[in-house]
Amino acid sequence: MPRPSRLHIPHPSARPGEAPDFSYLRLSAAGAVARPEPSARLEAMSPSAADLATQLVRVLDDDHRAVGPWNPHLEPAELQVGLRHMLLTRLFDERMQKTQRQGRISFYVKCTGEEAVSVAAAMALEPHDMLFPGYRNQGLQVVRGQPLVALMNQLLSNTGDMCKGRQLPVMYHGSDARLFSISGNLATQFPQAVGWAMAAAIKGEDHIAASWIGEGSSAEADFHHALLFASTYRAPCILNVVNNQWAISTFQGFAAGESPSFAARGPGYGIPGLRVDGNDFLAVHAATRWAAERARKGHGATLIELVTYRVAAHSTSDDPARYRPRDEAEQWPLGCPLERLRQHLCALGEWDDARHAALTAELEQQVNAAWKTACTFGTMTEGPKLDPGLMFEDVYETLPPHLARQREALRAELAGATAAALSGNVTQNTGTGA
Amino acid sequence: MPQMNMVQAIHSAMDVMLERDRSVVLLGEDIGYFGGVFRATEGLQRKYGEHRVLDTPIAEGGIIAAAIGMGVNGLRPVTEIQFADYIYPAYDQIVSELARLRYRSAGDFTAPVTIRTPCGGGIRGGQTHSQSPEAIFAHVCGLKVVMPSNPYDAKGLLIAAIEDNDPVIFLEPKRLYNGPFDGQPDKPAVPWTAHAKGEVPEGYYRLPIGECAIAREGSELTIVTYGTMVHVAEGAAQAAGIDAEIIDVRTISPLDTATIIASVKKTGRCVVVHEATRFGGFGGELAATIQEECFWHLEAPIVRVGGWDTPYPHAFEWEYFPGQTRVANALKRVMGEAA
Ligand SMILES: Cc1ncc(C[n+]2csc(CCOP(=O)(O)OP(=O)(O)O)c2C)c(N)n1
Ligand SMILES: [Mg+2]
Repeated sequence: MPRPSRLHIPHPSARPGEAPDFSYLRLSAAGAVARPEPSARLEAMSPSAADLATQLVRVLDDDHRAVGPWNPHLEPAELQVGLRHMLLTRLFDERMQKTQRQGRISFYVKCTGEEAVSVAAAMALEPHDMLFPGYRNQGLQVVRGQPLVALMNQLLSNTGDMCKGRQLPVMYHGSDARLFSISGNLATQFPQAVGWAMAAAIKGEDHIAASWIGEGSSAEADFHHALLFASTYRAPCILNVVNNQWAISTFQGFAAGESPSFAARGPGYGIPGLRVDGNDFLAVHAATRWAAERARKGHGATLIELVTYRVAAHSTSDDPARYRPRDEAEQWPLGCPLERLRQHLCALGEWDDARHAALTAELEQQVNAAWKTACTFGTMTEGPKLDPGLMFEDVYETLPPHLARQREALRAELAGATAAALSGNVTQNTGTGA
Repeated sequence: MPQMNMVQAIHSAMDVMLERDRSVVLLGEDIGYFGGVFRATEGLQRKYGEHRVLDTPIAEGGIIAAAIGMGVNGLRPVTEIQFADYIYPAYDQIVSELARLRYRSAGDFTAPVTIRTPCGGGIRGGQTHSQSPEAIFAHVCGLKVVMPSNPYDAKGLLIAAIEDNDPVIFLEPKRLYNGPFDGQPDKPAVPWTAHAKGEVPEGYYRLPIGECAIAREGSELTIVTYGTMVHVAEGAAQAAGIDAEIIDVRTISPLDTATIIASVKKTGRCVVVHEATRFGGFGGELAATIQEECFWHLEAPIVRVGGWDTPYPHAFEWEYFPGQTRVANALKRVMGEAA
């Protein structure tokens, strides 16, 4: 008889058919976590770095009030802007998901339930700070003012596409808005953000960099490269891990291992880790401000874990009912970030149902109008099409001869002619790709 | 005989090997409970247990490194890299470690690791779900590189790969998972049930690694190709009305040069076709070998057909893909026709 395996296999708290169970989440009461000085040395922090990394920074309490030392004391007008950005992000997502289902775009990724993670953070940073997003951070694009039509054109790979048809939907970029080009290869942006921050420090600037990755992606070596370089050079950056509990079908415990938190990875590298309620707009804002001040004053990087939940499927190619309980999202203990901010504004007397309905209608209208405009640039099925010759540009700064020949060969191929008919020169005469 | 598509055939190969050999373990991202994003491991964790079919953290370097360690310690790991485009974080472990372990330790240590990974385009996946990286592995001494073009071969070759004591990179052209795609995306999909190679025995069998197959016999010209392009080449030759002999390379490394040389000596003409970018592609190795061995038999220069030398562009998938027109143009050129 072979001996039984002694390997430990981690398990999620619930699979399909079982009752959702979030008892594994360590929650703190709103206002319960103390706030150290942003300039404090890691070893001298109070609360200790270990406590900061395992407790949960929360500001909004169950009565929708902002409480405790992390309350960022934002003006109602700013909170209303935050609500608007989050609502726009959600409506945009819903509409784009629908267009994918209609076959208008090839693929989409929603961030439902995670809007505060991007929106609050972007609002807490300065316009010149550089952002290195992942594929589920559309809120950053919204806050940084990327026009909806531009985002939609990218999703459509149409004649207005910022990526010139080369990229899968949602892989936006925008150097003017200081948004780095999104990669399909997980975690690569994390250490790149650290390098950007090192350059800012080398140049004597006070801009900082911020990046986001999923908790699943924190398993990649690039995550550790980021933390080490940030620590070694005290790089002015904010490294955010969006812990939405799932990485496609794999629950967070596979990337966390036996660690109680992702934020706790920070202190091991000499970097403070903040564990934050990612669905609490005020907490995310406050934590980002704290980390930004620390970085700008030369005290180095912060690792922020944003505890949230991926309400939607991983992408339009995924069916989460295969691997998690259908009603898990409903049992999520940290609620909905939009709803919580809305209730807070209502409690302050700065918002009401009528204003919310009006805002929803206005933003829906904005999304609809943008979609109409975007479609005039072409969709997968109708309208103008990008010139396929564009695929040869930007491989290099200047088009090398072999790509110039291939472009001609493609034109001939599309025109139905053979390359042989084009010229007698064998080396140039390659309908076959020289 | 049972009919299987390519995913089912690959699944069956792993099922057979898990059953036969207790040292076989599977590891990869989303392969366990979920059964893999392409469902190649569906139900295998339930059948063989969580200790033999392991979900892993998202860390390709970690997966391959751990597989090496497991292989050294007596297991026979079959890893899945979710897409070939995501294999690069593991490149150092594959190239510097896995490929050379036997050599550097003079055979004292070996790791019989199989690396399965879906490759190729045609699914609107853009540049990060479409790559064909066979050449960058073919260039590494110590690796075997296999790319089947149909369910029957896929199962027999995967079983051989798992049983092989050397590391094998097993590339699965994902556009072929559901049917023998001939390069025409607008035509109705053809299922594997309509193809002779969709008949796959239920149980154990193996096909030799290191042997080409002649996918079609012909007399006028030899097409040397593999993966999805076997089916595209068949369609192109038929459309061009050329009696082509089509060689399905199947094993890219080590290469069965004898079959290729015999065919080219017979026909006197040759076109080399792959989906990967042309520059520095494996087609160069094929063309060079044929030129060295068959020069005096050639009636025309060898022509290579491949994807353009750009990343795989999302919107221009079919303009990029070396479809029947590009292949047929090359065939006509080698036949001396200004078609
Ligand atoms: C290097 C690499 N490996 C694998 C993948 C495939 N993949 C895409 S998203 C994903 C899950 C990521 O989960 P997480 O980091 O938690 O982010 P989330 O989707 O939850 O936002 C995987 C495995 C990839 N894109 N890149
Ligand atoms: Mg996640």
